[in-house]
Amino acid sequence: MLEIRDVYKTYDGQPLLRGISLRLNANETICLLGASGSGKSTLLRMIAGLELPDSGQIMWEGLDLASTPTHLRDFGLVFQDYALFPHLDVFDNVAFGLKMKSWAYGEIEKRVNEVLNLVGMNNFISRKVTDLSGGEQQRVALARALAPRPRMLMFDEPLGALDRALREDLLNQLRGILHQTHIPAIYVTHDQEEAFTIADRVLMLHSGRIVREGKPTEVWTNPGSAWAAEFLGLGNAIEGDCKSRNEKSKMWNIKTAFGNFDVNCEHKHNVGDKVRLLVRPALAEEGSVIRGRVTDVVFQQDRFKVTLENKLFVYLQSAPKIGQIIKGKVAVKCLG
Amino acid sequence: MKRIFNFLLPVFLLFGCSPKPSGPQTLTVMTHDSFAVTDTVVQAFEQANNVKVTFIKSGDAGAMLNKAILSKDSPLADVLYGVDNTFLSRALSSGIYQPYNSPALKNIPAEFQLDASQRALPVDFSDVCITYDKAYFAAHNLTVPQSLEDLTNSQYKGLLVTENPATSSPGLAFLLATVKHFGESDYIGYWKDLRKNGVAVVDGWETAYYTNFSGSTGKGQQPMVVSYGTDPAAEVMDATTPLSDSPVASILSPDTCFREIEFVGILKGTSHITLAEKFVDFMLGDKFQADMPGQMFVYPVLPNITLPEAFVKYATSAPQPAVLSPDLIAAKRDAWIQAWSDAVLK
Amino acid sequence: MLWFLPLSFLAVFFFYPFFRILGYSFSSISFINSNLQLAFHVLVFTFYQAILSTLFTLLIGLPAAYLFARFDFRGKTLLRALTLVPFMLPTVVVAAGFNALLGPRGWVNLGLMRTLGLSSPPIQFVGTLGAILIAHVFYNTTIVIRIVGNALARLDPKLNQAAHSLGADSRRVWWNVSLPLLLPSLLAASLLVFLFDFSSFGVILLLGGPSFATLEVEIYIQALELLNLPLAALLAFIQLLCTLAFAILYTRFSNRSTVQSAQRAEQSNLRKPKAMLEKTFVAGMLILLISFFIFPMLALPLRSVSRLDADRGQYGSVQVGLTIDYYKELFINRNSSIFYVPPVQAAANSLGYAGATVLLSLLLGFPAASALAKPGRLERILDPILIIPLGASAVTLGLGFILAFGHWLAYPWLVPLAHTLVALPFVIRTLQPALASIPDRLRQAAASLGASPFRVWQTVDWPILQRATLTAATFAFTISLGEFGATVLLSRPDYPTIPIAIYRFLSQPGGLNYGQAMAMATLLMVLTTAGILLIEKLRLPGAGEF
Repeated sequence: MLEIRDVYKTYDGQPLLRGISLRLNANETICLLGASGSGKSTLLRMIAGLELPDSGQIMWEGLDLASTPTHLRDFGLVFQDYALFPHLDVFDNVAFGLKMKSWAYGEIEKRVNEVLNLVGMNNFISRKVTDLSGGEQQRVALARALAPRPRMLMFDEPLGALDRALREDLLNQLRGILHQTHIPAIYVTHDQEEAFTIADRVLMLHSGRIVREGKPTEVWTNPGSAWAAEFLGLGNAIEGDCKSRNEKSKMWNIKTAFGNFDVNCEHKHNVGDKVRLLVRPALAEEGSVIRGRVTDVVFQQDRFKVTLENKLFVYLQSAPKIGQIIKGKVAVKCLG
Repeated sequence: MKRIFNFLLPVFLLFGCSPKPSGPQTLTVMTHDSFAVTDTVVQAFEQANNVKVTFIKSGDAGAMLNKAILSKDSPLADVLYGVDNTFLSRALSSGIYQPYNSPALKNIPAEFQLDASQRALPVDFSDVCITYDKAYFAAHNLTVPQSLEDLTNSQYKGLLVTENPATSSPGLAFLLATVKHFGESDYIGYWKDLRKNGVAVVDGWETAYYTNFSGSTGKGQQPMVVSYGTDPAAEVMDATTPLSDSPVASILSPDTCFREIEFVGILKGTSHITLAEKFVDFMLGDKFQADMPGQMFVYPVLPNITLPEAFVKYATSAPQPAVLSPDLIAAKRDAWIQAWSDAVLK
Repeated sequence: MLWFLPLSFLAVFFFYPFFRILGYSFSSISFINSNLQLAFHVLVFTFYQAILSTLFTLLIGLPAAYLFARFDFRGKTLLRALTLVPFMLPTVVVAAGFNALLGPRGWVNLGLMRTLGLSSPPIQFVGTLGAILIAHVFYNTTIVIRIVGNALARLDPKLNQAAHSLGADSRRVWWNVSLPLLLPSLLAASLLVFLFDFSSFGVILLLGGPSFATLEVEIYIQALELLNLPLAALLAFIQLLCTLAFAILYTRFSNRSTVQSAQRAEQSNLRKPKAMLEKTFVAGMLILLISFFIFPMLALPLRSVSRLDADRGQYGSVQVGLTIDYYKELFINRNSSIFYVPPVQAAANSLGYAGATVLLSLLLGFPAASALAKPGRLERILDPILIIPLGASAVTLGLGFILAFGHWLAYPWLVPLAHTLVALPFVIRTLQPALASIPDRLRQAAASLGASPFRVWQTVDWPILQRATLTAATFAFTISLGEFGATVLLSRPDYPTIPIAIYRFLSQPGGLNYGQAMAMATLLMVLTTAGILLIEKLRLPGAGEF
C-alpha cells in the first residue's frame, strides 16, 4: 500500500538518507529500527508530508503523494511527547480530526467514546490534558490518531518518555489495538525490544540505508552485519582472517585473536580475506571453544554479564570469581 | 551590606539641606523667565547692603505663581516679582504675600496701586497689543486690521498667533480685552470665529514671538502676534546691526490693547524681612526703574523717569486700552479661561 | 519581618498620598457638573488615543514578533536590543528626537523645504494626533515583540504537525491551534501597551501641544497651571481606578500565557529565510524596523551638532554647518551669573538624584524581593500590592506628594523618593528571580561545611546576586535619569534635572536654545542607551520578561 522508492535527503549539507526503499502492506506493522539521529523521524515526516525528499518517490497504492499536502494524506501521527493540544480537553483533542472532516456532532460523540474505550480512557473524557500522566496522555494521543480512521498510522518513538513498566504495558496494549483495527503501521524506534515485540517486519536503518530487513526472528538469528549485531546486542563482533577451507565440510578455518574457529560461511571468501564473526555470548552444547580469564562480572537482572580478558563477554547464570578461568563452547556465526 | 545601606540613607535624605554659608546673607527673588536687569545695578544694591541676591527664574507668570502657592508653607524665596493684574486676585487670595507699606509708594500714581492692603506693590506696566510685521503687510498689499472684529476677516486667515491664557500673561490679557470689548455673552462667539479664521495658539509668549512671528528672528508663519506695545522699540534696541526704522509696529485701536501692571511682594514666612523690604524699595527706586525699559521693555510706574530714545521714537503706550475691574477679573477669570479652552482648543 | 521596610515605605510614600488624593477628590467642590463633564471628555479622549495607539502598535509589532520568532538573520540580537531602547528612553528624549526628525525645524521639513523651495514647513507633525500615535508606537512595539514573540517562539511545532496530520490545512491549524495558544499572550501584550498608552504623559505634553489632553496631562494642567487641586485630585482618582483595573487584568492574562510551552521548541522554530516570499518579508520588515527605530534616534544627535537656525535675537545670516557650539554652550552661563542655572548643574542634579534612587530602591528592593521569592500566602498578597506603583502614573504620584507633603516641597529629596517609587517595581522584578534561583540546598551545603551565615551569603548568595544587583541598579539609575512626569511637578526651579532642562530649552525659541535642548537630549540618550544595553547584556535569558 505504501511504497517508498529511492528516497534521498540531505540535512545541513550532510547526506542523511541515501536511497531508502521500502514497502508497507495492508494489515502489516513494520518497524524502523536505528540509532538516534539516523534519520528515522525525518523519514516519517516525509511520509507524513511535513518535509519533502530531495529525490525519490513516496507512493500510496501507486499514486505519488508529492502533490498531496499533509492534511489530505490521512496518515495518523503519534509523537514521543504526545503533542496533545493543551488548550483543549480530552474530548476535544480526540474529536479534532473528526471536526476537520466535518462530521456531525452525534457521530463525533459516538466515535470519540468508541475510541477512548479502545484505549481504556473513557473516564477521562472531560479532563484537561495537562492534568494527565505520561501514559494517560499517550493513550489519548493514540485515540486522537485513531479516531478519524486513518489509512495508516505512524509512531515516532511513542514510548520513549515513559518509564519501563509503563512501556511494556502500553506496548502490549498497542499491539493488541493494531491487530484489532487492522490499520497498517510504521513504528520508529531505537529500542530493539519494542521493535521485536510489535513488528511484523523489522527494517534496520544505518548510515542512511536499510541494511537489514526481515521478520524479527530472521533478523535476530541473522543480523547480517557487524553493526546490526552490535546494535542488537547480539554478542561479540570480532574480526578474523580466512586461513583455509575444509573441502568436505565446506567450513572455513578462521584465525582470530581469540583463537581459531571453524565456521560455516554462506558468503564467498578467498584465503586471506578479512571476515567478521559473531560470537554468541551464551555457552552452548555445540560450537567453537573459547577460554579466558574473568576480568569483570555485572549483574543484569536475570543473568550475569561476564567479561573475559580478551574483551569477549558471555552471559552466565551464576557469577564466577574475578580471575577465574572460564572455558566453554559458543556458537560462532559468519557475518560476512 | 544592609547595615551600610542603613547608614547612608539618612545621609542622602539630608541631601537637600545645604549648609548656610557664613558671610553675606542671601536674598532669594523668585521671578518669571522674562525678568532682566543690568548686572551693575544689582551689584550696587548688593554692595550697599552686604547681601548676595539670587534670582530664581520659574517659568512664565502663571506657572511661577502656582509654584509659589503650592510651596507657600515653606516658601522657595523671599521676594516674588512678576504677578500682574490678571493673576493678582489669585495671588492675593492664596495668602502668599505679607504686607509692606513701602515709603516709595507715595511717589507712584494711584491708578497703579490696585492692592489697597499693600501686599502687592506695582513696579512696571505695559500694554499687551497686537504686534505686526510691517514688511509682510507691505509685500502682500494688506491693510492693517483696525479693530478686533477685523481679525475675523478672511484676508487675515491664519495670520494671527496668540498664547494660551491659562499659562500666558499676554494671552490672558488679550482674552480679557475681548471680554471687555464684546461683553461676557458674545466674546466666545468671537473666539469661535477667530478659530475658524485659523488663529494659532501656543503655550508661551516666547514661542509665539520668537518662533511663530514672522517679523522677528524666528521667521515664522504668522505676521501678527499678541505681544507687547513696546515691541517696536525692543526690535530696534535688540538689533545687532543698527536699524533706521523698526520692522514691526503695534495695532493701537481702542480696546485692542490691554494694560498689564506687574507687582512685587514679600513672601510670607521669609526669614530676611529687612533685606526683603530693602529690595522692594530698591525696585521702586529710580535706578531700577530707569534700568527696566532697556532690559524688560516695560514702562516704569514712577513718573519722570527718562525713557530710552527708541522708546520715545518707536513705541507708543495705548491711548485707549481695554480695562476690566480687578474684582471682576478675580471672580470670573477661571470660568472665562475654561470657556475659552473649550471653544478654542477642544 | 523583611517585608516590613518596603511595605512601610509604600504605606507612607504611596498609599498616604493616594488617600490624600481621595480626600481632595471627594470634597464637595469636585463633584460639580462642569468638573464631571470635563473629566468625562478627557477620559473619552484618553481611551480613544490609547486604543488607536494600541492598534497601530499591534500592526507593526505582530509582524515584527513573527520576524524575530521564526527567522534567523544577521544582526538579529542587535536589532532586538535596539527595539528595547525606545521603551526605556525618557519621554523628553523621544519627543526631542521626533522633533528633530519631523518637527517644523526638523530634518524632513528642512529637507523638503530646501528641495521643493517651500517657505514654510510642509509637514505638520508636532501638535497633531499623528505625532502622539507614532511616538506611542515607537515606545511600545518592543512589548509586543517580546511578549508575543516569546510565546510564538515557544509554540511546539509538533502541535502544528499533529493538527496537519489530523486533516487541518494551514489556515485551520492557525485558527484552531496556534491562535488559541497565542491568545493569552496577545491579550497580555495588548493590555500592557494599552496601559502605558493610557497613562502616557510626556509624549502628549511635548508632541501633542495644547489641543490634546489625556487624564495625565489634564491633571498636570489643573494642578500646576490652573491650581484647581480638587479637580486634579478627582482626575487622579479616576486615573488610578482605571490603571488598577487594567493592571489586574494584565496580571491575570500574563500568568496564563506562561503555562503552555515546550522549552526546547524555541531554537527549533528558527530558520533562515528561504522562499522568495520569506526573503521579501524579512527584508521589508528589517527596513521598516530600522528606519522606524533608528532614524529618530539618529536625527537627534545629528541635529545637536548642526547649526541651521538663527539664535533668538540674531539678525545676521546663519552659518549653516556642523558645530559643537551647543555642547560648549551647556557649560557656559550665558545670561550672566546671577540668573542662570547652567545646564551642567542640571546634569549634576540628575546624577545626584539617580544615585540616591539607586541606593534607596536597592535598600527597599532586596527585602521585598526576598519576601516575594518564597512563594506562600504572604507573597500572594504582597505581589499585587508591590506592583501597583508600576501602573500608577508619575504625574499622579507627583500630585499625591504635593497634597501630602506640600510643606516639604522646598526640599529636593521629594524627587528621589518619587523616583524610587517609580523604579521599585522594576528593581523588585529583577531581583526576585535571582533570589528565587538560589537553592536552599547550596546554602545548607555551605553551612554544613562550616560557613558562618555571613560567609554563606558572601560565597553563595552574592555571586549569584551580583549580576541581578547590577541590573537592578542600572534599571533604577536609568529610570531616575529620565523621569519626567513626577519631577515636573515636584522639582524646585533651581534644582532642575536634565529632562526638566530639556523641556525648558525646547519651550524657549531660537537656534541656541533648540541646539542646547538637542545637545542635552543627545547626552541623556547616550547615557540611557548605555544603561539599557548593559541591562540587556547582564540579564539572564528567559528570566522575568516584564
